[in-house]
Amino acid sequence: MDIRPILFTLRRHKLTCCLLVLQIAFTCAIVCNTIFLISQRLERMRVPSGIAERELVYVQMAYIGKRPDEKARAAADLAALRSISGVKAATLINEMPFDYGSDNSDVRTDPAQRMPVLSASQYFGESAVKTLGVQIVEGRDLRPEEYVDLSDAFALLAAKQYDKLPSAALITRAMADRLWPGQNPLGKQYYVGKSISFTVVGVVANLIRPGRDRLDVGAQYSSVWPISLTLAQGAFLIRCAPQDRDRVLRVAVDKLKALDPNRIVLDKGTMEQHRRDFFQNDRAMAGILLGVCLALLIVTALGIVGLASFWVSQRNRSIGVRRALGATRGNILHYFQTENFLLTTMGVVLGMVLAYGINLFLIVHYELPRMPAVYFPVGAILLWCLGQAAVLGPALRAAAVPPVVATRSV
Amino acid sequence: MFGYYVDLALRSLKYSKVLTGLMVLAIAVGIGACMTTMTVMHLLSGNPMPGKSEVLFYAQVDGTPASFAFTHRQEPPDMLDYSSAIDLWRAGKGNRQALVVDSPVRLTAPDMKQPALMEMLLSTTADFFTMFDVPFKYGGPWSTEDDLRRSRVAVISADLNDKLYGGVNSVGRIMHLHDADVRIVGVLKPWRPSPLFYDVAGGRHAHGHTADYYSKPEDVFTPFFTGLEINDGNFHQYNCWGAPKVVGHLTDSNCTWIGLWVELDSYAMVARYRAFLAAYAAQQTKMGRLAFAYDTRLRSLMEWLEFNQVVPGDVRLQTWLAISFLVICLCNTIGLLLVKFIRRGGEIGVRRALGAARRHIFMQCLVEAAVIGFLGGIGGFVLTLLGLGLVRRQAVPYADLAHLDAGMFGATFLLAVLVSMLAGTLPAWRASFIAPALQLKTL
Repeated sequence: MDIRPILFTLRRHKLTCCLLVLQIAFTCAIVCNTIFLISQRLERMRVPSGIAERELVYVQMAYIGKRPDEKARAAADLAALRSISGVKAATLINEMPFDYGSDNSDVRTDPAQRMPVLSASQYFGESAVKTLGVQIVEGRDLRPEEYVDLSDAFALLAAKQYDKLPSAALITRAMADRLWPGQNPLGKQYYVGKSISFTVVGVVANLIRPGRDRLDVGAQYSSVWPISLTLAQGAFLIRCAPQDRDRVLRVAVDKLKALDPNRIVLDKGTMEQHRRDFFQNDRAMAGILLGVCLALLIVTALGIVGLASFWVSQRNRSIGVRRALGATRGNILHYFQTENFLLTTMGVVLGMVLAYGINLFLIVHYELPRMPAVYFPVGAILLWCLGQAAVLGPALRAAAVPPVVATRSV
Repeated sequence: MFGYYVDLALRSLKYSKVLTGLMVLAIAVGIGACMTTMTVMHLLSGNPMPGKSEVLFYAQVDGTPASFAFTHRQEPPDMLDYSSAIDLWRAGKGNRQALVVDSPVRLTAPDMKQPALMEMLLSTTADFFTMFDVPFKYGGPWSTEDDLRRSRVAVISADLNDKLYGGVNSVGRIMHLHDADVRIVGVLKPWRPSPLFYDVAGGRHAHGHTADYYSKPEDVFTPFFTGLEINDGNFHQYNCWGAPKVVGHLTDSNCTWIGLWVELDSYAMVARYRAFLAAYAAQQTKMGRLAFAYDTRLRSLMEWLEFNQVVPGDVRLQTWLAISFLVICLCNTIGLLLVKFIRRGGEIGVRRALGAARRHIFMQCLVEAAVIGFLGGIGGFVLTLLGLGLVRRQAVPYADLAHLDAGMFGATFLLAVLVSMLAGTLPAWRASFIAPALQLKTL
């Protein structure tokens, strides 16, 4: 179809055309970036944790004050939990994946480094690996004889007896690759502070570190240290079959309360629900973004419908003349569709530039990554489809104009 | 004339209902989205201490121990180590000064037979309440002597008083904190600074996840040293160089964990305090305790909030999104208004032929745009209420703050009318240039 007459007509409506092109450009730019933001959130929510999420329940108890027999009481509590039928493993753990906050230490491969290589979180707790269900891909798990109680570790630190501190550690693949790129991490040493060193005895595939602010910066930078905890320092983490979770949780709380009625359950639940809670803001934000995206497209579509209807009614007579001169309904329909396609294309081209600009702004102000090129055609196709859908109604009405209109005065 | 224009506008709006509906809807949706996020932004980025924020300062000395002088440092840590905090507080160089540190504490009210609670405890010094204009319902704050004597006294929040004592005057009652008995000396009125400015720290490492700065204030307040004594073992460090000897016991550790606020009433005092901080850091570095003498800061409250980028990244992003959304709605409305006015070319031609000047046509069109804007404003107001309702249902600490105040209510309509008049300017200008002769010929 020859587009010259269309362009000629459009030149007579410069202002309205400019407005429409601008609106499409803005919409395209914002929709591109919004879809990108949504995909970012969804990706964040899909982050692998490396743990047996569907098999874990937790109970967090309130601090119950200092008591001399803390270690014995912790052992008794854990024994009681492990005796529940269906429980595969249980531990007292210092922090859980998907907690809002996290404890992190600076890690250096040489104690004299001015800047640490990275900051990583550390998990404590006897048989933490088994309970979490973390997959060891190289080396071995921590051995029971390597464990040291946390309070004892602090006492050793205070006495500067660093050689008696535990020195074996498990680290994640991501952390190993960052610390020693391309090398075998087993047997390598890293430093926390100046005088505490750890030897890597095993590498786990994935183990997410807690902390909402840590997901964007090395989500998998975690280590496991052979340190055991007492009641005041940790939460109970219990592993069982997915279908047993509710029952195990109920029995576990009852048993713990029976062992010491004078304590408060701060929080309890399944790891699945803990993960859901962790991401609830991201989910809400993704929903808001999706809503805005749809609303934008609807508003723009309505704008196109309004303008196109106006043009159709304005050109009623010329349409009649064209029909009388032999143009088919199809010709008229195609005329308006092509016109819309041209305008949308102009808008889309301008929109791409704008989208790139907005992305740069987001990179600077919101630490967002660069938008992959694939989002540009996605936005373009979306706008083209939207334009065609919006113009169809008015165009069909135009096509329905009978040739006899040409003979009327208005 | 204005009344006549409004009448004309209403007639014309009734004449093309669909087009009018589209425009009103576009403005309503744009305004609704914009005002919802603006209201949240307004609530979160406001001044928590209006009229007083200029005289409140957050003091920082770099607590890095001398043995860590090799590390790289651009900013002092956001909190103070114990020795520096106590020294600066004892020196008393400000008009008032308050140390702050919070910790979770187990709490029971022995005479009320309720299960134990876990609440946040703020250990602070007597000046806290006067410095921050904290309102009391019953009783009052403790005295500086109580601070020094480590008196077992406490002030509780209105919420906690309702929960434990059903809202009656509980001054004089004994409460059990951790393992100690404390006597209640004051009950606060509801008090909800936004953000909870005195606890803000570490914002620059939060990557925009700063919603927690808008949580409610602590429920229990005790004198600083009393709190440290009672709740020993439950304190959290902000940053450490070397692990503390006993978990949660930080008074003799290489950790930063205490905040210091000072009230300085004049520029001269601020300058003096700055010099005092610098001199203190220099002296401590000379003594071989601290590593970085040059690293002191004294930021005013609002500077401190800005430094910590307290407004959550998501909220800022939503605001940008809503503004761009409004711009698109504006484009849409301009286009539709243009169509509407040009379509009425005949009518405008008649008016011009009968003697109306260009500016009359221009005014008439602008009034019509404003009427659309007002209608859009009503829709936008309803949508804003709906939007804020959604914000309140979100699981964020500031959810309970989201409400529309009179200022924002007025702003909604003002913005709607302004936006639509802005949208109307171009079409009205075009309409006023419609040549009457050409239009009359086609009638």
